[in-house]
Amino acid sequence: MSLYDKHYNFLKFKNVFMSISLVLFVISIIFFFTKGLNLGVDFKGGTVIEMKFEQTNNSEDIRKSLLKINLGDVKVKEFGSDKDFLATIEQKGKNNDFVASIKNHLEKDLNKKVDFRRVEVVGSKISKELTRDGIYSVILALILMLVYIWFRFEWQFSLGSIIALVHDVIITIGAFSLIGYEFNLSIVAAILTIVGYSMNDTVIIYDRIREFLKKDDKKELSELINDSINSTLSRTLKTSGTTLLALISIYFFGGEILKGFSFALIWGILIGTYSSIFVASPILIYFKVKRNWEEVIDTSP
Amino acid sequence: MLYFSRFKVFSIFLVLLVGIYFFIPNFFSLNKNFFLSNQKVNLGLDLQGGSYILLEIDAKPLIDQKIQSKSLELRRELRKNNISYNNFNVGKDTLSFNFDNKQKSTLNSLLSDNTINNNIGPSGKELLIIVNENEAIIKFTNDLLNLIKKNALEQSIEIVRNRIDELGTKEPNIITRGTDRILVELPGLKDPSEIKKLLGKTAKLTFRFLSNTNDESSLGIEILNSSKKDFKYNVEKRIIISGENLIDAQPGFDQVSNSSVVNFKLDTLGARKFALASKNNIGRNLAIVLDNEVISAPVIRDAIVTGNGQISGNFSSKEANELAILLRSGALPAPLNIIEERTVGPDLGKESIEKGIISLLIGMLLVILYMIYNYKIFGVFANISLFANLILIISILSIFGSTLTLPGIAGIILTVGMAVDSNVLIYERVKEELKIEKSNLIAFDTAYKKVLTTILDSNITTLIAAFVLYYMGSGPVKGFAITLAIGIISTFFTTYVFGRYLVSLYVKKNKDNLIKI
Repeated sequence: MSLYDKHYNFLKFKNVFMSISLVLFVISIIFFFTKGLNLGVDFKGGTVIEMKFEQTNNSEDIRKSLLKINLGDVKVKEFGSDKDFLATIEQKGKNNDFVASIKNHLEKDLNKKVDFRRVEVVGSKISKELTRDGIYSVILALILMLVYIWFRFEWQFSLGSIIALVHDVIITIGAFSLIGYEFNLSIVAAILTIVGYSMNDTVIIYDRIREFLKKDDKKELSELINDSINSTLSRTLKTSGTTLLALISIYFFGGEILKGFSFALIWGILIGTYSSIFVASPILIYFKVKRNWEEVIDTSP
Repeated sequence: MLYFSRFKVFSIFLVLLVGIYFFIPNFFSLNKNFFLSNQKVNLGLDLQGGSYILLEIDAKPLIDQKIQSKSLELRRELRKNNISYNNFNVGKDTLSFNFDNKQKSTLNSLLSDNTINNNIGPSGKELLIIVNENEAIIKFTNDLLNLIKKNALEQSIEIVRNRIDELGTKEPNIITRGTDRILVELPGLKDPSEIKKLLGKTAKLTFRFLSNTNDESSLGIEILNSSKKDFKYNVEKRIIISGENLIDAQPGFDQVSNSSVVNFKLDTLGARKFALASKNNIGRNLAIVLDNEVISAPVIRDAIVTGNGQISGNFSSKEANELAILLRSGALPAPLNIIEERTVGPDLGKESIEKGIISLLIGMLLVILYMIYNYKIFGVFANISLFANLILIISILSIFGSTLTLPGIAGIILTVGMAVDSNVLIYERVKEELKIEKSNLIAFDTAYKKVLTTILDSNITTLIAAFVLYYMGSGPVKGFAITLAIGIISTFFTTYVFGRYLVSLYVKKNKDNLIKI
């Protein structure tokens, strides 16, 4: 069953994979700037209400009812069952009994009892701060990774891994733009986890490349990198496999709140594993990694 | 790598025992005399239900007030020093005026003096003063603005605490955030609307006479709305007594009018003022003004000398109770705005925990089967360390009293998926070593040695991500960062130390047999 004895030539089509990545990367950026992200209240400000009715209901009726009172843009979607709904409301409510008044109105207008199970109201000042913090935290994480890998390896590795990470982050954001899943604070947390995880994968291959570089400085670099990918392939796939198993369990059984979060992680693990093999490793060839690891050869006469 | 001294083995089991000691109380409620710890994992508001409310002080009225008083002071000083000025302008936080250039030196010495520009702390100043050819610009420094906010924040937090305590909420957490914010966490609270209502009022109470004249434009009079009816009053600006003179306020019931009222009691100074004012103004209406709205304006029939009074205003009993709480807790120095609110109902929290546990169990089961399928007996070792890992994570959370949130549970499940990574790394390495090495002992030994840097390198990157999340994230996300970080550390112990011990027992027993992974 082990993949260990197989030997694939990952670098044979390196230009093809690099091109695919580049295309996905560019498409993601285009999507980000044209379609944009479906920002949650964390980043846009507004009100989210998760509500449970005693009887079944449909989202359109709830939306129409909410539109009767002046709340700005209103979105309502089913949230796990036909009794549970999630309403996203543009207004933040200056008034302190804003939420209570919405509940009163709904119960009267629909003539059904409703329970507000979760309410989040985020003012525009806070949403701006959260956006700023979110962007800073991703950049900070990338910089720290860059420094750590630089410290542990060589600059070529550091640069290669960061390119792969930026690739993962951008393509994940692109996926969110394309699918239109809500982008909120927990998605930023997921992206940071992906950064950590993808780096983890990359480091393990890099570690092996370095080990082989020390052992053998005659071998063609691309062949050496290919050997490194192959010898760690079993581990890469198995670990991604177990992590995906755990995440799929959250996705299906963890409830609605964790759905977007676990989706981001699943996507990120797939893209992170891909990028470790097909982006971070082959890119080292372009950077001309240092070969003489063991000793510094004095070239002066 | 495969040799464990007795001391080491003892330490490993000691750590696991301590873990179990702190793990168990989270799942069974024990009676107090029991020898086990009662410390449990702290559940976040999203799991136990409750409200998170972030308030921001609107310091603008206070800055306004300060700039007005500064302008009065400045003009008085200018006159005192015979400095003629014109175009005196009062801005948001600046004052400016023109003067005759001949008087510039007098002006300079006045402004550089401490009379107007007070010191703040050892090196700070209240005002930033720029004197041009014939114009002076005086601006509040950031030090002063911050001081105003800080003072307001300190006063407000006390009053916020009073008001929340009055409602009898259990274990509220009220702390300041930054220079002008107050964070209120109310665990277990289902509906925060009542508290929000109480916090939304500054509750500045004043007693002022209604004006005799109907001339709206005359100085010293302002027009205020009635709190109930669509009605306006002409109220004198002069304050007879204010809320500061109140020492108690209680809701009550007035048999005569058959409605709820608030009975209040004044301090000595207030009582004296009130007695004097009422004696001299029998027959006039005294307006009771709360936050610039007239609650009621009863006619004074007798001098009130006891210092006790009653506010009536067609209250329901709930309204009377609320008003009494507001008056007892005192007025906020400035309005508070709610800029963020997150409330989770307790039943949703419970549901989240259930779903979290179910997905944890299913995720674990899948990983366990996967490991056994791939590594047979070694998969069992990996799974034993996985259980140990779970116990350690929960116990570390309990020991440090860290908060477990819903994303935190996701973090634990993610750890379960990633924890076996170290095992996979080790076992894959062992496979390679077994190919080139005849001795089982040496093969395992080298594999563990070689794989250590890899394990450290790869875990440190995830740890870096977790630390960034912890410092930048808020609430639930912080909970995720905590479990992720704890998970990484405990994973290292359970797989590389405890797991290695398990493997060493097996390998030593089978050192001459063929070992298949």
